[in-house]
Amino acid sequence: MNLTKEEEGILNGEEGEGVQKAMQLVVKLGDIFGAEELVEIQSAQASGVSYKSIKDEGLEWLEDFASLGAKTRVPTFMNPAGMDLEHWDYFGFPEDFAEKQLRIIEAFEEMDVIPSATCTPYLLGNIPQKGEHLAWAESSAVSFANSALGARTNREGGPSALAAGICGKTGKYGYHLDENRHATHKIDVEIEINKVADFGALGHKVGKIVEDGVPYFTGIKPNTDQLKALGAAMAASGAVALYHVEDVTPEAKEERPAGQYVETITFGEKDLKEEKEKLNTGEKPDCIMVGCPHSSIIEIEKIAKMVKGKNLKTKLWICTSRPMKELARTAGFVEAIENAGGDIVCDTCMVVAPIEQMGFKTVAVNSGKAAEYLPAHCKQKVVFDDIETLIKGALE
Amino acid sequence: MKLKGRAIMEGIVEGEALVSEMPIGFYGKVDTETGIIHDEGHDLDEECLTEKILIFPKGKGSTVGSFVIYGLEKKKTGPKAIINAETEPIVATGVIIADLPCVDRIDISKIKTGDWIKVNGETGEVEVNEQ
Repeated sequence: MNLTKEEEGILNGEEGEGVQKAMQLVVKLGDIFGAEELVEIQSAQASGVSYKSIKDEGLEWLEDFASLGAKTRVPTFMNPAGMDLEHWDYFGFPEDFAEKQLRIIEAFEEMDVIPSATCTPYLLGNIPQKGEHLAWAESSAVSFANSALGARTNREGGPSALAAGICGKTGKYGYHLDENRHATHKIDVEIEINKVADFGALGHKVGKIVEDGVPYFTGIKPNTDQLKALGAAMAASGAVALYHVEDVTPEAKEERPAGQYVETITFGEKDLKEEKEKLNTGEKPDCIMVGCPHSSIIEIEKIAKMVKGKNLKTKLWICTSRPMKELARTAGFVEAIENAGGDIVCDTCMVVAPIEQMGFKTVAVNSGKAAEYLPAHCKQKVVFDDIETLIKGALE
Repeated sequence: MKLKGRAIMEGIVEGEALVSEMPIGFYGKVDTETGIIHDEGHDLDEECLTEKILIFPKGKGSTVGSFVIYGLEKKKTGPKAIINAETEPIVATGVIIADLPCVDRIDISKIKTGDWIKVNGETGEVEVNEQ
């Protein structure tokens, strides 16, 4: 790889051991993937924040890395943690878990990582522009940045995204290059889809088929929350980092001429029904858990209006970022939801929190991504449906 | 016999080969306290990696595997070096953060468990002395 004089210097340790180690990782991964040079990034987003995911090995690495004096050079956000960082005690998160989790956050903060603890940095003021280079790790955020915004990032791993944030650069390969952003599969959706859960089911099915391909959708008009759900599901059931939606996403014009796709897939009424049935593995949920990816203020408002002045008979967790909860509080949504018996849980989600240790056995979700991960990762049975149906069921 | 591959991580070491024909997922399968693999159906199930030159086609599974490789080295229960057919990002990240010599693009079918191996992580050279 061609390195600048400054990059060579960092690699030789001229600017300290922390950034040297980070540059080593960035350069070697770039070499492995055939990058010819590094590219400046506007922001980074590190995954591997929950203690449940990274365990003692990850905690130790982060603390060791922080002790080398590494600091981020571009704004670097962090993925959700394994618990609500303020109210973990109230929600019943185990104390030994909390102690390790807080050490992880401290290590990140020592490296100047912004303690955003969210999978939706793009809802929190970090909105990349078309063509901007990034090093993001959370797979659903990678998908949103590439697809909905036309920014450019690979699916980074936890350490590599952090290292890129510390260097301010990443290897120029994969989705940073024009030639890798073309559609590989065409998906013709033949039914009208307008619920977040149905976009999750569509994404879950398509991700399994295209794996790490680039799907091009026709026949759908998703809004921001629906794009978030669609991309998250495809990144979980497959490894989709980029997709295009005709007349919606900024690079949709890149569609390949018919016949050059690896495959053309149709998605109809029967496919939707079958996929939703497959995602349903339980009944009578212990808790309705929404916010995978983290809920937007629009999604929170919708639920607040549904439950205002009523009583929920099932627990309700709405997972979101802390700033979003503050906005919801100002708007009166938190009061409406809490008075009905629901909770807004910050900084974490049903997938990365140790819910299997907290007495939950069956959870209801409207997220294709959560439905993919909950059975194996959290030992849960899943009720999968749209939010209106789930809330209505809990109010009866 | 000398094989030439691609240098992934620097360091020159020698040791006994432990060869697998199957991809290894480090997360949840390798105990960092003992260095032993617990993976039913894997050809290295119940084998100990400690001090070996670990040879396998490629990594697989969770990205947390990188941290497991780091944990093995820190607890001194890990291998002395890794040789792959193709090193993917999980193992690459692991060997870099753990400072563990690593070479890839080697025809690993030419190496048998028990062979004495010299690994040069600077040049990508691997010297195989049959048992």
